[in-house]
Amino acid sequence: MSQPHTAAKPSTIRTPWQIFKVPAALAALSLLGLVSALTGDGLRDALSWAGLAAPVVVTLWALKARRR
Amino acid sequence: MRRSTIRIWYLTHKWTSILCTAFLLMLCITGLPLIFEHEIEDLTGDAYVMPLVADEGQRTSLDTVLANALASRSREVGLFMSFDEDRPVVNVTSGPAPDAPGGQMTLMSLDWRTGDFVPAPHEGGVMGFLLQLHTDMFLGLPGMLFLGAMGFLFFTAIVSGVVIYAPFMRKLDFGTVRVGRSKRLKWLDYHNLMGVVSLMWASVVGLTGVINTLSDQITTLWQHDQLAEMTREYEGMGIPAQLSSIQAAIDTAKAAAPGMRVQFVAFPGGTFSTQHHYAVFLQGNTALTKKLLTPALIDAETGAFTAMRSMPWYMQALLLSQPLHFGDYGGLPMKILWAVLDIFTIVVLVSGLYLWLGKRGTSVDARVRELESGGRKSPEVAEAQT
Repeated sequence: MSQPHTAAKPSTIRTPWQIFKVPAALAALSLLGLVSALTGDGLRDALSWAGLAAPVVVTLWALKARRR
Repeated sequence: MRRSTIRIWYLTHKWTSILCTAFLLMLCITGLPLIFEHEIEDLTGDAYVMPLVADEGQRTSLDTVLANALASRSREVGLFMSFDEDRPVVNVTSGPAPDAPGGQMTLMSLDWRTGDFVPAPHEGGVMGFLLQLHTDMFLGLPGMLFLGAMGFLFFTAIVSGVVIYAPFMRKLDFGTVRVGRSKRLKWLDYHNLMGVVSLMWASVVGLTGVINTLSDQITTLWQHDQLAEMTREYEGMGIPAQLSSIQAAIDTAKAAAPGMRVQFVAFPGGTFSTQHHYAVFLQGNTALTKKLLTPALIDAETGAFTAMRSMPWYMQALLLSQPLHFGDYGGLPMKILWAVLDIFTIVVLVSGLYLWLGKRGTSVDARVRELESGGRKSPEVAEAQT
């Protein structure tokens, strides 16, 4: 993944929204993953795998793409 | 955020982490194989194959099953009867007294079709040892409550960690891992990345673990509160000298709750029932209602239906805390993700320990400056500038 155009320069101060948008999205996806398999099987299990895989996939992406 | 505020949160993060890290590491390491307990049991060849019988649908009376089980345990009484979900097996737990503690209980498994014994799930071995270590460190209730307190400190460490993530990341893009500079900076970045991505999973598994350590207290509360209220007219009555038919009790409960399945029956005099009742715990058919049990109370002397009421919110919270802690409700892919996130947590714990142990001589001010600079100012540099 290339740097989005909106990425702030290293020296600029990020807003709380910029700092927390990815962690918040991952927290929401994890929660969806944790709850969805409780409410049913089949599709809901698959949804839960996707939700819980999100933090793992993003970490692997960061370890590769955000190495400095 | 003001420097004094950051300092308070930094110190909260530091001290809650220091207190709980050793125990959390033990919990994460013992928990890793426990995620795959069933798979490991299957692999080690302990799986028992049920013999074929002429009529697979036949069922022996549960009174016969119970009598067969108790015949092998002289002077013992029945405590629980439970039913396997995937095979026609009845499990009977016996003990020397109706309120016998867990250590004195014996678990037996019998074929529901024939009433014959089948091998009981063995609870010893390496997995049993790991489970005991993970639950109470072989220290019983005090050990369990202590681990609950550690779980709560862990949650506090997560919250304070998220707060100080903000000043640290002020000038950094999400996910930055600076591997080319110092070793400390590299581990600081790993710690922040893996900690922040796993925060929801770690919080839920941590807090449901805390709730599970309180299961005895919560169950006793339910017994004194709702169970007592449901059976007020039985107050002061003792355990019946002669118990009524358990098969009839189960049939009566099922008739009162059509479409539900019996998960287990608690005998009179134990933690899960009253002195005078069979408590038949029924579960629904959907994934969610399967976890939420409804007890039906059957008079264990006359066999009469007494009451049925869904569990109060605190028992439902306890019941839902079990799958949410074990990760056993979404098949093998969920277990694998559970293991990966557990490993992330181990990395966060170990890197946190490394960050604290390295540069231990530096002042809190220097460390707060390191944090505010996003790790650019190492503690020594920051120290030199104060």
